[in-house]
Amino acid sequence: MFTAKDYAMPQSLDEAYEVLTARKTNHIVAGCAWLRMGNKRINTAVDLSEAGLDYIRETQDAIEIGAMTSYRSVETSRLLQENFSGILSRAVAPIIGVQFRNVVTVGGSVYSRFGFSDFLTPLLALDTKVKLYREGMMSLEEFMQMPYKKDILEKIVIRKGTITASYQMFRNAEADFPLVNVAAVKENGCYKVTVGARPGRAVCAPKTAQCLTQLLSEGKPADEAAEQAKALLKSEISFGTNMRASAGYRQKIAGVLLGRAVKEVEGC
Amino acid sequence: MLIHININGEKKKLHCDPDDMLMSVLRSAGYKSVKCGCDTTNCGLCTVWLEGKPVLSCSVPAMRCNNKNVTTLEGVQEEAKVIGSLLVDEGADQCGFCSPGLIMNIIAMKKELENPTEEDILHYLAGNLCRCTGYMSQMRAIKKYMGVEE
Amino acid sequence: MRYVSRPVRKVDGMSLVTGKPLYTNDLAPRECLIVMALRSPYAYARIKAIDVSKALLVKGVACVLTYKDVPKVRFTNAGQTYPEMSSYDRLILDEYVRYVGDEVALVAASNKKAALQALKLIKVDYEVLTPVLDYKNAMDNPVIIHNYDDYFNHYDFQGEDNKRNIVVNGVEEHGDVDAEFGRCDVIVDHEYETYAQEQCMMETFRTYTYLDHNGRLCVVTSTQVPFHVRRILSRALQIPQTRIRVIKPRIGGGFGAKQTVVSEFYPAIVTLKTGMAAKMIYTRQEAFMASNSRHQMCIRARVGADHDGSIRAIELTTLSNQGAYGEHGTTTIGLSGHKSIPLYNQAKAFRFKYTGVYTNTMPAAAFRGYGATQGLFALESAVNELAVKLGMDPTALREKNMVRFGELMPAYYNEPLTSSALDRCIYRGKQMIGWDKKYPRVEVSETKVRAVGMAIAMQGSGIAKVDTAGAEIKLNDDGYYTLKIGATDMGTGCDTILTQIAAETLLADMDQFIIAQVDTDVSPFDPGSYASATTYVTGMAVYNAACDLKNKIIFAGAKMLDPEKYDMPLERFNPKKFYFDGTKVTEVATGRSVSIHDIAVHSAGSYLGNYLNGSGFYSSPTSPPPLMAGFVEIELDKETGKYEILDYVGVVDCGTVVNTNLARVQTEGGIAQGIGFAMYEDVKYSDRGKMMTNSFMQYKIPSRVDVGKIRVEFESSYEPSGPYGAKSIGEIVVNTPAPAIADALRNAVGINMRSLPMTPEKVMAAMEAL
Repeated sequence: MFTAKDYAMPQSLDEAYEVLTARKTNHIVAGCAWLRMGNKRINTAVDLSEAGLDYIRETQDAIEIGAMTSYRSVETSRLLQENFSGILSRAVAPIIGVQFRNVVTVGGSVYSRFGFSDFLTPLLALDTKVKLYREGMMSLEEFMQMPYKKDILEKIVIRKGTITASYQMFRNAEADFPLVNVAAVKENGCYKVTVGARPGRAVCAPKTAQCLTQLLSEGKPADEAAEQAKALLKSEISFGTNMRASAGYRQKIAGVLLGRAVKEVEGC
Repeated sequence: MLIHININGEKKKLHCDPDDMLMSVLRSAGYKSVKCGCDTTNCGLCTVWLEGKPVLSCSVPAMRCNNKNVTTLEGVQEEAKVIGSLLVDEGADQCGFCSPGLIMNIIAMKKELENPTEEDILHYLAGNLCRCTGYMSQMRAIKKYMGVEE
Repeated sequence: MRYVSRPVRKVDGMSLVTGKPLYTNDLAPRECLIVMALRSPYAYARIKAIDVSKALLVKGVACVLTYKDVPKVRFTNAGQTYPEMSSYDRLILDEYVRYVGDEVALVAASNKKAALQALKLIKVDYEVLTPVLDYKNAMDNPVIIHNYDDYFNHYDFQGEDNKRNIVVNGVEEHGDVDAEFGRCDVIVDHEYETYAQEQCMMETFRTYTYLDHNGRLCVVTSTQVPFHVRRILSRALQIPQTRIRVIKPRIGGGFGAKQTVVSEFYPAIVTLKTGMAAKMIYTRQEAFMASNSRHQMCIRARVGADHDGSIRAIELTTLSNQGAYGEHGTTTIGLSGHKSIPLYNQAKAFRFKYTGVYTNTMPAAAFRGYGATQGLFALESAVNELAVKLGMDPTALREKNMVRFGELMPAYYNEPLTSSALDRCIYRGKQMIGWDKKYPRVEVSETKVRAVGMAIAMQGSGIAKVDTAGAEIKLNDDGYYTLKIGATDMGTGCDTILTQIAAETLLADMDQFIIAQVDTDVSPFDPGSYASATTYVTGMAVYNAACDLKNKIIFAGAKMLDPEKYDMPLERFNPKKFYFDGTKVTEVATGRSVSIHDIAVHSAGSYLGNYLNGSGFYSSPTSPPPLMAGFVEIELDKETGKYEILDYVGVVDCGTVVNTNLARVQTEGGIAQGIGFAMYEDVKYSDRGKMMTNSFMQYKIPSRVDVGKIRVEFESSYEPSGPYGAKSIGEIVVNTPAPAIADALRNAVGINMRSLPMTPEKVMAAMEAL
């Protein structure tokens, strides 16, 4: 359990950033699901729940999700169910339970960049940007590779488009972490493929995606294209071993999931 | 620190530390129906409602509940008797330790879902663990409560 | 019957579901000291020096205790009848720590934060020793885990030898095993491995203690064994039993975990040292890595048969990982053979060899099934493999070889099978699952296959010649009854079931009964609720108490009707001249009657009255086995190795079903735990001996989405020695899923899963190895 000496509920982002940076050991508290499992010693816990960051809204060309939006809101949002083939809603739906998804926030999980995340893999496959208070807008991909720096994640911005997408994950037990997951997004004939829970952080598989784009544009049947892409995926993406699965098994399952994702995207 | 919480419709002033979670504050204030079953935010035993929504009170900072509405099983006794009675009719109460959290989530589900299927029910309650029953008897009772046809 | 074989509601049900404060931590006084333990980070170490001076300075700290502060008398924490079969190898705190999580020191403080802070300030200088982590290399390992001379066991026949890391060692044999194997046409011979499954009751271990008005130590604790707690605490703390009182409130599940004294020692010693109330609540992590679990076992099963499927010989060789301390070690291992081999009673010979060893992992103790679960995974899997080798339907192989009503069972202490509906269980199970249409498999698509599998099981009903139970029922002054038992309802519903038996016998209404909370000061002696004993053993004690009271009520009624005629001692009274219908006592000859209410008032309030209290006792020379058949249908995804349970059918013979709802829920719950054992749960240690699977996040008990569909029916025999014909239900129900699911996987794709859990990854690997 973390400890905190003080608690702040800033009413705006400016105020939040001021409090956060006032001391080195000040820290943001969001859903707390993960934070409470550690032993962090916090001076002032900075709670963003009154800073106006709980929203899912549509702009002209994007959907924006505020950092304090809960997973449950992502799951039940009509907007997210109807966009991006609904993969964001579907990705978070199997996580633990309703009570958990009501507390866990988009900001907390994106900022933490957990390897096992169900959310980051499809998000990374979409054209997603993150808005940080200090660093400003950057692509999610860039953010994923950045070291942890003290900043406030304000929102994520996902560009809309005429896309079809699929999210596939594999779990041993339903309320468990995924032991690998794959997202595939097709826009104007171009594929983007991401693989997460390797168990490391989600990454893009550009060669695999390129292979799919080309083969499918040449009119190859989906299952044939998927077979070739699978072989490429295995060399392109590295997998690791942990308690849940070996690298070898993850690699196999990632291939199967890719096949299923392509099938779903191609509508067969 | 002092916080003002509306618990089960009653205005309460409670002292808590900045790192106290809602669960421990509720228990010390006498709401003993709220149970703790894990250290990892995934057993469902501590489920209460915050602003009407089911949450795991073990991972909600108490300070966040300042000026908010919290509901525990003590606050929904009449409804608890309705669903509880159906559970007891099936022998599904067993050790009872997970019952408060489960029942809070079942009542929340009834408010939120209309005509759910068995699959919808399983999905909604997936985060409520039980080691005694094997879940079948609970489902028999819940289906009656929700008016789900066999 | 009015109450037996009825779906009677649990008497405490509505209080539980409305969230009333009924559990240990709900009842503990606010001013309790909070007790926490410093736990060993090493699998094996000696405490060279320990400095608690800084911890004592923390504001609010009442005491810090180390091994220097505890009695130097070894004991076992196994909740077993005295003299216990388990070795005395424990101290409350020891100079040596023997697994990661073992208690190093205790802190008691006025609040949790102070206790946590003090824990951090204890300085320990460890001499880190090489641990024994692999149970297959534990015997005669140069590292000795219990290397001292006051190691003690009450029995000299168990083969224990602490200097060789041996907890128990032995062999049992019947018939000419080698000659029978020599005559077999077909032999299967494989090793089956199971892991140390965790009980995971939702309420972790917890206890609070205080001194009462007589300065006695009162222990309110979540336990299955209050009387054993009293006795074991007495030895561990070196105070007389008369100075201890143990009270059991409502319990949030036990499953055997609370048949061992776990959290009780620590607040108790704090209260004795400080005179203050104290409580200890185990975190989930502590419950996972610093309590007890099922025994990890590796069992070699050899089964030989003729071509026609007649099983001739069975040999089981069990190696059991006891972990760091010996609780339940000598007994659990026995059940791996005693509660599996007798199922195949037509075999002409059997041999059962067993060795239990110490290692530097968490101690194993009692968990529903108690060794039978592991033995049945091995033997049932071997028999299913034999069926494949013989080209026989596994249900037909069972029907040919299974134990039958009336037979003597050499592998079961030569007890006769006094009741059995096992044949009907198999028949009905086959029907319910649709075996004849589905066996062995149905291909659904190129990648999906559905298959069925099965297994049978047995258990006992109490421990023969060991378990005893007392029960008392008193008639109160308004015609209602108080039932006093020492058996412990841990959610299972025994308070209700035992009341049903009393109400049935006294022809009374359920709501005429109060069932008293278990309190060692007032409850009749009972070893507690374990070994599937409560309905059968305590049930008989309650039945006997009710009969005794009924007799006394009739006598009292008779004396009221005709004081002069019945002025005699009870022994000479012939109750057959009267008729008792629960509400009144009637003289058959005259039709004159007196109501139970008047009898009660008279007994309590008249100088001619008498205290009407029925007492009953029971101990059983036998332990009649309940029997069961489990059937499963799975769907396997051949691309990934993942499979799901479409349907699980359990058909049980527990004799008369006393409470039809509670027996069903016991069965459904046991099957779900068995499914967890087979598919989802797993225990993993780091290479330095730290348990990695120490939370619900890493250790996955099945959620409601994981268990699939479970259907239960009963095929009842009538057990003549049990209350209204009942046998036990509590444990047997966990035994069939692992072997039945392994069988379904075999029938699906021809793989033999011999190691639990059967994860998708292992299934995939087995398919690839074909």
